[in-house]
Amino acid sequence: MIAPKNRGPMSYDTVKAEAGLTAALAKTPAEVVATLTESGLKGRGGAGFPTGLKWKFAAESQGQDKYVICNADEGEPGTFKDRFLLTDYAGLVMDGMTAGGWAIGAKHGIIYLRGEYTYMCAHLEALLQARRDKQLLGKNVGGHQGFDFDIEIRMGSGAYVCGEETALIESLEGQRGEPRNRPPFPVDTGFMDKPSIVNNVETFAYVACILVKGADWFKKTGTAKSTGLKIFSVSGDCERPGVYEFPMGITVADLLSAVGGSDAKAVQIGGASGYCAPAAEFNRTIAYEDIATGGSIIVFGQNRDMLKVAKNFLEFFVEESCGQCTPCRDGNPKLLEGVELLEKGRCSTKYLSELCSLGETMQLASKCGLGQTSANAFLSIVKHFGPDVMARTPHCAGHRKS
Amino acid sequence: MVDYPKSDTGRAPVSQKRQVISPGNNGADGSAQVALTIDGQQVNVPVGTTILEAAKQVGIHIPTLCAHHDLCVAGVCRVCVVEVEGMRTLQASCAYPVSQPMNIQTHTRKVRQARRHIIDLMLSHHYGECYACGRNNNCELQALAKEYGVDFFRFGHPEKPEHEIDNSSHSVVRDMNKCVLCRRCVRTCIDLQEVGALEAINRGDKTRIATFMDQPLASVVCINCGQCINRCPTGALRANDPTDEVWAAIDDPTKHVVIQTAPAPRAAIGECFGLPPGRALTFEMNTALRVCGFDRVFDTNFTADLTILEEGTELLLRLQKALKETSGPVALPQFTSCSPGWIKYLEHFYPEYIPNVSTAKSPQQMFGAITKTYYAKLHGIDPKDIVTVALMPCSAKKFECNRPEMVDSGFKDVDYGLTTRELAKMIQEAGIDLPNMQPSDFDEPFGTATGSGVIFGATGGVMEAALRTVIELVVGVKVENLFEHADIIPVRGMDGIRCVELKIPSVGPVPDILKPLFESWEFLNGATLKVAIAHGTANAHKVMEDIKNGGPMSQFHFIEFMGCPGGCIGGGGQPIPTSLEIRQARAKAIYGEDSSSKIRKSHENPHVLKFYKEFLTEGPCGHLSHKLLHTHYTPRGKFITP
Ligand SMILES: Cc1cc2nc3c(=O)[nH]c(=O)nc-3n(C[C@H](O)[C@H](O)[C@H](O)COP(=O)(O)O)c2cc1C
Ligand code: SF4
Ligand code: SF4
Ligand code: SF4
Ligand code: SF4
Ligand code: FES
Repeated sequence: MIAPKNRGPMSYDTVKAEAGLTAALAKTPAEVVATLTESGLKGRGGAGFPTGLKWKFAAESQGQDKYVICNADEGEPGTFKDRFLLTDYAGLVMDGMTAGGWAIGAKHGIIYLRGEYTYMCAHLEALLQARRDKQLLGKNVGGHQGFDFDIEIRMGSGAYVCGEETALIESLEGQRGEPRNRPPFPVDTGFMDKPSIVNNVETFAYVACILVKGADWFKKTGTAKSTGLKIFSVSGDCERPGVYEFPMGITVADLLSAVGGSDAKAVQIGGASGYCAPAAEFNRTIAYEDIATGGSIIVFGQNRDMLKVAKNFLEFFVEESCGQCTPCRDGNPKLLEGVELLEKGRCSTKYLSELCSLGETMQLASKCGLGQTSANAFLSIVKHFGPDVMARTPHCAGHRKS
Repeated sequence: MVDYPKSDTGRAPVSQKRQVISPGNNGADGSAQVALTIDGQQVNVPVGTTILEAAKQVGIHIPTLCAHHDLCVAGVCRVCVVEVEGMRTLQASCAYPVSQPMNIQTHTRKVRQARRHIIDLMLSHHYGECYACGRNNNCELQALAKEYGVDFFRFGHPEKPEHEIDNSSHSVVRDMNKCVLCRRCVRTCIDLQEVGALEAINRGDKTRIATFMDQPLASVVCINCGQCINRCPTGALRANDPTDEVWAAIDDPTKHVVIQTAPAPRAAIGECFGLPPGRALTFEMNTALRVCGFDRVFDTNFTADLTILEEGTELLLRLQKALKETSGPVALPQFTSCSPGWIKYLEHFYPEYIPNVSTAKSPQQMFGAITKTYYAKLHGIDPKDIVTVALMPCSAKKFECNRPEMVDSGFKDVDYGLTTRELAKMIQEAGIDLPNMQPSDFDEPFGTATGSGVIFGATGGVMEAALRTVIELVVGVKVENLFEHADIIPVRGMDGIRCVELKIPSVGPVPDILKPLFESWEFLNGATLKVAIAHGTANAHKVMEDIKNGGPMSQFHFIEFMGCPGGCIGGGGQPIPTSLEIRQARAKAIYGEDSSSKIRKSHENPHVLKFYKEFLTEGPCGHLSHKLLHTHYTPRGKFITP
């Protein structure tokens, strides 16, 4: 098992596994939802949808069978926090999921585990069995008559897009992993057409903490719109890459100094689909209202070629687009071709600006979050690193492509 | 009330079914309304209406490509995006059911830019030149490019083809160089037809539409129905076109080229000449065909009448065996055999039910067989010099005429199957203004047909024709006494599955023509005949599952199956586009022609009776009839070994 090199102190260390579930069952389902709403917790998987509201919708949805799905597909380049959480704090994640079952009235929980994390299966299964033995899963959970809830593990097969919640559901149903149209949303028409909540691993873990420590504990850190703490996976050109918990609203500069990356040229916040912040913007904050992230921080040192960075990310998206909708399927390859022209010094400024407006189209018109964000890195790099992007000399003389 | 299978689409991938937009739950009675503002205009629509539909109501046309009336929502091409106030991204209007008041703008800068980019992106992968394409002037991609004023290829244009054209199938040609990945074909094949021969494979820019294991189309479970062709917005799918060979035969003075024309094309070909759907051009077309150079123009309905006698007799024989003799099992219900798409579907998915299919050939194949025997003899023409062409609404008919067993005349019974679209092209090429041709009749001896033959073209038609004949032959009273104007209304319509029960009140004497086979009808006295009609293989699938599971339909006697939605009028060779309204209009034209026919029952066709007297002297299901007019089927199964 690969442990991250460095880890900061975590609030999870202060909460015992199973305590989260005990705390949840001490409340009514409506109180659980109210506590989460009160805490201001927003989804930690990237999109940042208020967790309390999502659970409220699912709780209000009609229907007997409902599902609690833990999104452990962790496919964003530069993200490894969920792996770490499932290794060290899986009990809290399971607490959070069971609390979800209690809150929305679901009987089934599913952990959708990234294919590459198959090695974790035995460890997780053992934990689940231990919980069943203690009646924390199964019939009458925690002694509550009529509350049945169990969790199964289902494996992903390596497609990044299957981390998108509706593609994840398609994949669970045995279909091609392709995002669905919405509305309808999963809270009302999810797995097998039943109301479902899909939440990130970290979200469930914080749910457990909040239920134990209270909404106020969570709210007192972070900003008004982005309450609480967040786990970050930090990699790249810094002295102490690893997994850290920081308050929401931390500035990029503060984060960099904590990990020993203060002389960075740029920081990619939010993985391949995120935003590439130049040094001039290091005073910005990491929060839903400023630069949002699912937790991936990639630090680029002074010697990094930013055009290469853009190229690397675009290669990823060309490969990982599900191929369903035109802007993403055909747009990403065009941006990549553009980068290749730029590398050769053969892209006119006119064509580059056409590509930037294509990037805007992709952000606006793609069907799912993948296509809506895949141009982000390219656009921010073109905007902030002009010299890296435009200062190539053609390998050989010839007319430029217009 | 017996619980017969329902006729909605069933095996569609869950994801796609879900994406059928249904009225929201805010108004169980469908009465809840939402107030929308679209480009500044107010409109109230029921909850669950798509933005696209709502915009139409205020006279705003939003371009679409992947959306199709007959299919589930996909929301993949994204040309239909619009801007909704308060939403960060644009929304696909075809896939957005409204439930709350919204302020929508359909042509802002962002929207126009996005649509133009999307069209440009599609064109950057689209290898093909419009002037060398079968869909020139009837192509949704071309129309979009025009609508958005595409005057240069912003993101390039391929100079060479990337994919090999799949020519393997007698029926459908796939040219993936022209594919824009709208996936209508995939949805058609799996959802509308429940065959599932096509699916998207790979990811990202490597995504393409493929068959199982990338096998040639001819080697997979494709049933040749051509429904995918009718719904493809581009020239990526087309029928396998033999017009060059047909022209060559016409040009060859040693060949005697005869054409038989099925009823469905007549009701639709006008659409290729700018007429609205539902105007039959039967007699204008006869003239046009002669002007084109065909030596004889025959009416397939003649053999449709023949089919009724053969198939009806076969049914009576099976019933006699089942109701009278107790020896051995009888394969009932009997299934119709005239739709080659349905036949191949059965051969792949339910081969164990082959004994239930009527052994009577389809009218097309009967026609070929008797043309190269009876007609050849009658006119002293060497059958090797006869070229038989069949004008059909169908792409599967091309496969059918190439089935190796279809050589009972000693020659290939039917040489070429032409679709409605291909004939329209020939007529245009010959410079003929079809709608303005002088009407003329069919040629004898296969020129006289009945209204029963005509209605073969619509779903329920074969059943109605068979019932008219069986009732009269058995009950011995005029159908008109039982059904006004001999219109058996319960079997008509566009519901996917229709079930009818008919009690036989009394029986009459056995008519002469059937005397060799039946002594009396007593075994049918008081019996209740249970029949059903299913069209589109998705509905066939439901009926077959019911039968397989011993459901109520396993107790039926006779079932009409048509491979295509709507029956032949909705065939894979018919003019493009297609929709329920268009199919209904064509059906109306067909029933109109039946209604105005002088003779409306197959067994009253004097030429058919003469034909039995002179040629098939043993009567229906006799020896020669078995040799020429009946066939056998091939169990194929689903597992195709490459
Ligand atoms: C392309 C794509 C990949 C995603 N991958 C993940 C993932 O690996 N893990 C995750 O939790 N959320 C992922 N998401 C976000 C999910 O769609 C969804 O918003 C999230 O699981 C909701 O949980 P949360 O509210 O707890 O964040 C992805 C989204 C997109 C568009
Ligand atoms: S945006 Fe990309 S990943 Fe998302 S549906 Fe479209 S093609 Fe698939
Ligand atoms: S498919 Fe349409 S756009 Fe393409 S070549 Fe044919 S007519 Fe032109
Ligand atoms: S012809 Fe029919 S069966 Fe064959 S691929 Fe097209 S829709 Fe499917
Ligand atoms: S073949 Fe035609 S219908 Fe099928 S995806 Fe391509 S363009 Fe669409
Ligand atoms: S027509 Fe709406 S997305 Fe294609």
